Amino acid sequence: MSFASARPLRPDRAPDRRARLYRFGALFGAGFRRWSTYRQAALAGLFTNIVFGVMIYSLLRALADDGRRPGGYDTTQLATYVWVGQGILSVVHVWSWNELADRVRSGDVTADLLRPIDPFEAFLAADLGRAAYAVLARMVVPVLAGGLMFTLYIPHRLYTVPLFAISLTLGTVLSFTLRYLVNLGAFWLLDARGLTAVWLLASGVFAGTFFPLRFLPEWGQAILWFATPFPGLFQIPLDVLVERPGPAQQIGSVVLQLVWVAILIPLVWRVQRAATDRLVIQGG
Amino acid sequence: MAEPGGGQAYARLVRAQIRSQTQYRLSFAIDVASCALGTLVEAAVVLVVFRVSPTVGGFGLREVLVMSALAAFAFDLADLLVGNIERLSTYVRKGTLDTILIRPLRVLPQLLATDFALRRVGRVAQSSVLLVAVLIYADIDWTPARALMLALTPLAGCALFAAVFLLGACVAFWFVESGEIANAFTYGGKEFARYPATIYPGLLRRVFGYGVGLALVGYQPALFLTGHADPLGGPNWLAWTSPAAAALAWTIALLVWRTGIRHYRSTGS
Repeated sequence: MSFASARPLRPDRAPDRRARLYRFGALFGAGFRRWSTYRQAALAGLFTNIVFGVMIYSLLRALADDGRRPGGYDTTQLATYVWVGQGILSVVHVWSWNELADRVRSGDVTADLLRPIDPFEAFLAADLGRAAYAVLARMVVPVLAGGLMFTLYIPHRLYTVPLFAISLTLGTVLSFTLRYLVNLGAFWLLDARGLTAVWLLASGVFAGTFFPLRFLPEWGQAILWFATPFPGLFQIPLDVLVERPGPAQQIGSVVLQLVWVAILIPLVWRVQRAATDRLVIQGG
Repeated sequence: MAEPGGGQAYARLVRAQIRSQTQYRLSFAIDVASCALGTLVEAAVVLVVFRVSPTVGGFGLREVLVMSALAAFAFDLADLLVGNIERLSTYVRKGTLDTILIRPLRVLPQLLATDFALRRVGRVAQSSVLLVAVLIYADIDWTPARALMLALTPLAGCALFAAVFLLGACVAFWFVESGEIANAFTYGGKEFARYPATIYPGLLRRVFGYGVGLALVGYQPALFLTGHADPLGGPNWLAWTSPAAAALAWTIALLVWRTGIRHYRSTGS
């Protein structure tokens, strides 16, 4: 087909690293600004986060009655898990994202492929910008609200908070990479609704947003941690923050996130190449 | 055509939706399957919760399963029938509500028919099977009053959730970017109704449980069915008030809806 150049031009072949970084930064800023215009929505979301926070914490607190430690967490750790969890939900954004799939269905994706930047990189930059805005608009307030109502866990290890920041960033990258993969499915199915539904279910349950994964039997936990990237989205950043595992495991789990990122990003590029190779642009 | 052809027109809208949604067959099949799986997962969450604790808020597994299954079935049914009203905020934001307003059909049924989500049928089917299984497992001592309660509760619960969906959607008439506020009461309401009211702090319990009436969806009927006295001291006839609560909620929701429609001004874009 004469439109063979619709294959994304791989930016890593571009010699100028600085230009690439600058481009990434500009898209990041655009993502940040785009979301910061929806102030009413952010406010509405905060209300919902706080209501859910009270409900989920009530349930977990009830499980810790009589001095029990469900999943090995004490009540302050559970409180932090829930409240910071409500805060990072919209940072990591485990919910649906259909932008690419919609562009595949409408055919607009061709414009993305003709740009001199890899579409994955462009969408990732914008998503990280969105996440940065969510840290300010969606994470701080639920944590403060939780802190006012309940006793939160304060980390003891000096490096815990910076490690949490790294882990949260990796979680966001992982989440986006997986959402992007789901959207690439639209190249084959033309409609990503089914795949999105699977993603919503899997990310909700296996990432630890329904309940801390440490409530599961040991074998179930082992499968989730080492055979799937899902704990890296939500559970690992939170466990790092509440210092649930020992120092070695705490750092090890962030390394595990890094390994998943290193596996999934090349996978995205391969799937994307396969997808664009079979793309048929409807003439009109 | 509005008077004689009205019903037919809605049916046609629903049929058009079904056709469009089943167009991408594989995608649709995956969608239905994962929807149905979601119900099972939610039931499994209750089992996980009881893995780490023998009781929850003073209740055992049987009672909590009954609450959860009643709440899930009522919610899924309401979600199938009116859940797509959530999209109202998109219509208001984009100004596409105008096209619906100028048609010679009633606005609310039109909106419900236009976005009818067929995949939710799979969810309702699953949750009804689950409800039956849970009721068998709970080994309830059946009496005529309890059987009547079982017949009444899911319908009243469905009506109550439906009213909450409608009220939540109406927020969009006043606050355009308000999507998630409704979620606190719809999905949040379901979450609330699935567990004993005893676990919640006072304010939340009063607002959600007895203000919105969600304690009448799972908690109170489950107490009545299992013969468990209310640790909060509520009388055991309270579960019978659910139809009245649902009727009241619908009256309020329809009033707000009507006010909202009158208040609506197109975004003009």
